[in-house]
Formats: sequence, C-alpha cells, structure tokens
Amino acid sequence: MELPLLHLALVGTPNSGKTSLFNALTGSRQKVANYPGVTVERKEGFFVTPQGRQVSVVDLPGTYSLRGRSPDEEITRDFVLGKASGETVPDLVLCVADSTNLRLTIRLLLELKRTGRPMILVLNMFDIASRRGISVDVERLAKELGVPVVTSIAVRKGGTADLLALTDEISAKLAAEPAENTWRALSVSELRATQREADRIISDCVSLPSRPDTWTARVDAIVLHPVGGLIVLALILFVMFQAVFAWAQPLMELLQSGFDALGDLVHATLPDGLVQSFLQNGVISGVGSVIVFLPQIIIIFLFILLLEDFGYMARAAFLMDRIMGGAGLHGRAFIPLLSSFACAIPGIMATRVIDNKRDRLTTILIAPLMTCSARIPVYTLIISAFIPAKDVWGFINLQGLVMFGLYATGIVSALAVSFLIKFFMLRDYAPAPFMLELPDYKMPRLKSIAIGIFTRAKMFLQRAGTTIFSMMVLIWFLASFPQPPAGATEPAIDFSLAAIIGKALEPLLAPVGFNWQIAVALIPGMAAREVAVAALGTVYAIEGGKEAAEQIGQVLATKWSLATALSMLAWYIFAPQCASTLAVIRRETGSWGWMAATFAYMLVLAYAASLLTYNVAVALGAG
Amino acid sequence: MTNTHDTRREMPLGLAQCGYTGVIQHLSAKDAGSALSDIELESRLIELGFVEGARVEILHEGLVGRDPIAVRVDNITIAVRRREAMAIIVA
Repeated sequence: MELPLLHLALVGTPNSGKTSLFNALTGSRQKVANYPGVTVERKEGFFVTPQGRQVSVVDLPGTYSLRGRSPDEEITRDFVLGKASGETVPDLVLCVADSTNLRLTIRLLLELKRTGRPMILVLNMFDIASRRGISVDVERLAKELGVPVVTSIAVRKGGTADLLALTDEISAKLAAEPAENTWRALSVSELRATQREADRIISDCVSLPSRPDTWTARVDAIVLHPVGGLIVLALILFVMFQAVFAWAQPLMELLQSGFDALGDLVHATLPDGLVQSFLQNGVISGVGSVIVFLPQIIIIFLFILLLEDFGYMARAAFLMDRIMGGAGLHGRAFIPLLSSFACAIPGIMATRVIDNKRDRLTTILIAPLMTCSARIPVYTLIISAFIPAKDVWGFINLQGLVMFGLYATGIVSALAVSFLIKFFMLRDYAPAPFMLELPDYKMPRLKSIAIGIFTRAKMFLQRAGTTIFSMMVLIWFLASFPQPPAGATEPAIDFSLAAIIGKALEPLLAPVGFNWQIAVALIPGMAAREVAVAALGTVYAIEGGKEAAEQIGQVLATKWSLATALSMLAWYIFAPQCASTLAVIRRETGSWGWMAATFAYMLVLAYAASLLTYNVAVALGAG
Repeated sequence: MTNTHDTRREMPLGLAQCGYTGVIQHLSAKDAGSALSDIELESRLIELGFVEGARVEILHEGLVGRDPIAVRVDNITIAVRRREAMAIIVA
C-alpha cells in the first residue's frame, strides 16, 4: 500500500545544527524557494524512511520563541500553527536541539508543545556533548517533557538512523485529529516561568561537566581579543581575497582553453557565415567568458560557508559592532554585508536578521557597494590585462593587491555612505540593541559545505544558462545586424545596431574615457554585471574578425588606454549594474522610492569616481 | 548557593569589568535606556537565558568603549551591548 506523503518541519534555535540535520536527512534533494508574499527563504527537502514512507521536510528559520519578532520568526510560528498561506500543516514537528546547549531549546519546546502538534525532540550533535562529558537521561527527559526524545549525530553516516526509525514508529500511529492548540503569546512572567521549568527539567535529566569547552575558550582568547581579534579578522579577509585571485587561476585557465578549443572546433567544422559566427562569438565566447569565473565564485562561497559553519561569523559581528556603529551600522549588519561579497541578493535578504527598520534600510542601501562575485569577472579581466603580475615587497602579488584595493574602496565607500545616511536622514536615532549568541566553535561539516557550494554553483550556472545566454544572443544580434553592404572596407560591426546605440551614448561616457564598445557592453551589463565581460568579448570578437580566437584580455590591452581601464574599474565599484539587486531592494523595502534612490546614488558615485580616476590618470600620463 | 553572594552589592552587569563573575538577581529593563520597550527587552533577555539565578561571567569586551561584552550565561555565550546589560542586575 502506498503511504501518504509525510510532512515534517524542523524547528530550533539559531546554531542548533538544524541545517546540518536537514542536509543529512535530504542530501541534495532540496528545493529552495520563497514563501508566498514574503522574501523568507523556504527550504524543503525529500527523503524516504526505512519503512518506505515518502517524507517532505521543511527547514524553518531559527527562532528562540514563537513571538514572531521578525518576518523569519513569523514564518516559523505561522507554519507550525498551520496558518502559513498555501502550506500544509506539518504532521510532525522535529524540535532540534544542540545537545551541548539545551536550556534555550527546552524552553522553546515547552512553548511549542502548546501548539498541540505531534513532536519529537532531536538531541543533535550528541557526539560533541558526550565528548564534553555531558550526559543526558534520555528516557527521563522524554517522560518529563511528555515528548519522544531521540539523539542524532547529523554529521556522521548513519547518525540519524534512530531518528528515522522513530519517525516511522510515530507516523504509523499518528492520530487523525491532533491535540488542541492552546498556544498564545507568552507574557514576560510566563516566559520566565517556562525558562524556570526548562531549567528544572534540565537539572533533573542532564548532568553537566564542571569544565566548559576549553577549546572554544582558548580560540576566543585570541579571536575575541580587542586588538588581536581585529588583526585576525583583517588577516582572514586578506587571505580570502588573495585566494580568490591566486588559487582559482589554474582552473580558470583550464576552463578558458577548453572554451577556446570548443570555439576553434566550431570555427573549423562549420562553414563561414551567420551560424558559425552565432555559435562561436555569441554562444561559446559569450557564455564561456562568464562560466570561466565559476572557480572564483566557488572559492568565495567556500570561505563564507566555512566561516559560518565554524562559528566565526557571530564573532566577526561582535568585533565589528562598535566600529560599524561609528558609521551608523549595526553589528548584525556585518553578516549581510559579508554575504554581499558573494552576491548582494542573499546579502540584502540576510538583512532580515536586523530587526530595527532603520538599521536594516541603511544596510540594504549600502550592500550593493560590497564587491560581489559578479564584479570579479570584470575586475579580473581588466587587472590581468593592464596590471603586471609582479611581486611587491617580495611576497605580495601586485594584481592581488589591486584587487584588495578595489574591495577596500567598496567597503570604505559603503561606510561613508552609511555615515551620511545616518547623519542627514535618520538623525533622531536610538541605537538598536545588539544581542547575539556566540556559538561554540565546531568543525565545519564537509557535506554541508559541499551542498552549500553545489547549490550556489548551480544557481550561477543557471544564470549563465538563462539570463546571460539570452543577453549574449541579444548582443550578438545587435552586433551583427544590419550586415555591412557589399564591398565595405570597415569592420562589419561599424554598421551594426550596437555601434549605432554605442555611438549615441558615447558623448555621455567620453568624459570618463569610455569608448562606444564599452557603452554597448554596459547596457546588457544591467542584467548582470558579469555580462559586460561577455558582451565586450562578443563585440570585439565580431569586430576582430580573423583574430576572434584571441583572448579578450589581450584585445583590451591593445584597444584601451590604462586610464580607460582604471576608469572602468572605478565605475564598477559603484555602478548599479544589476537589475536583480534593484528588484530585491524594491521587494525588501517595499518601495520603488528606495530602489530609485539606490540606483541614483550609485550611478552618481560611479560617474564621479570614473571621471576623477580617468582625469587623474590622464594627467599622470596614462591616457 | 546564592548565600555567598548575599553580601555582595547589587550592580548592573553593564557596569561590570571584564572577568567579572556573579549571579543574576533580577531584571530591570526600565533603567537600561535601551531603544526597546521594557517588555520587549526583558523578553529578549529571558529568551537568551538571562534569568534570575543564572551564573554570568564577562569573558570578552570590544575595543571601542569596552563594548559590546561577551557574557557566559550558564553554559552559553551571549554578546550584548553594555546599554542592554544595564537591565541585568547582578551580585
């Protein structure tokens, strides 16, 4: 007999290891989307129990209570209560606890119990707890709580076997009508009473060792040292950016030569003409020039995911809180801003952890100034074409140093903009509180990291396959039509629509040193920044004719002055060249006005920065 | 267990030095001057484990204005600003 699909929901406090349990249960069978009407990420996965039940499991946003202080926490509350629109009420709630830290989860569980949903308490990371000498009387805990309790080790193979068996056992005898929901928001005194009750149960069922986690304490002695901690943070960021540049290089060259070979193959096999030009210049060189950057994007996400899993991100927020406070930013803004180095879209979405509206708005407005991974293709291309790959002071790669400088300029500008926003627009401002759990350090879970990187890489490739591909087709079309009249001596592209558009825009961009080819590339670059690289590739490939197989970087080095190249770099630090980011700002702020404001201020900054850079460079003789 | 602390003077955790250890006596949100309402601040502190009788220790503090502070509350570590820690009365 076919069993009906069982709906599970994972609930737990932040840092409870909920997500690693989710990954352990579902592997890569995950679907990431948004809840209808809100921009909270909805993660659903699927698995089959030993008895053959099909299970859908939703990883709900972490929360300390059901009060619903933020959009994320409201989702968790409504989902469990069965009030979330378009969602199935979960058949079974898995309340996930970090076994080394039961206090807050047990209180959450006591609150969850009032909803009347069938529930299991999962004592996750049980191996770490045992190693630290924490022993839990599981049977007694289950009896005191009135909820089945199971231990799990999400990071170990087979570590969820007991949980799976219990899920089967419980779902076989789920009552058709669950218990009544008696939940309502807790008052302060009820909250206090619940915590007392939780503490009593824990002291009855759990024996804690006298020694704390010495490893975390030892690492924190350095990492949270008022001065040493900031040095460590700066070192981590520096290594991260050097790695993005240096480690990715061999792989990128490999990918590049792969695409070149493919282009040559097409060139050799197909007869000269439109189809050959479309495949070689439009599709292969266009999409290829973006996919080449996959290694760098993987490396930056690797760092961010590792630091997050290790437990360092909360420490970074702690270290940066007052320093960012000087610029009018909340310590919690550090994580969204750091995520924005990968991509402003998840960064802006991550601002939801900031519960103060003004703090959140400021963070959203400056997040696009953080150097996202889509700028990497543009930066890399220009840097490798114009900046010599020599070492300065013996050990620092000059190209890496310029890259670091570009990142640093983005950060400094973001802080300056934030300061100005606070100073001029939000003056009557009382600092919102900063309250954050600093979790014990944990060894990053390789499988979780791998799944995280896989998901991001897939998103990037999907973008390359859809948005970027269609933009490339458009660019190729604009650059190829109309075809030159018979007997024309100039390059074919001079007769095309692209040249007409580019030349119309040229007067506007001439003061910053941009030629019409750049103007053409900037337009599709609005869809996604990295498209500009591909577009330049296509424009110059079509223009270059026979030498089309030549690398785009070498072409640029001959066509642009150093001043133009530097001006382009300055432009890309600031320019609002990303339609998806603007769309997310519109969605997250609920206002077209803020979206327009972001677009306008970034455009003004970009133009001013390029104008300055170009003129200074020309004056210094780089024109 | 609180007997040893009865003789110590009560003070807000927000004024304590790095390395201070003590036991939470009560919460008093109205004196903290936080941007949050009293009820909200008190609820959040309780949700993070700051309840009467919990042992606290200030483990670390920030560079600027010795703020924020990292507080060990029983067996977890919470980062708070001194302004909010003023609501936690310890001895």
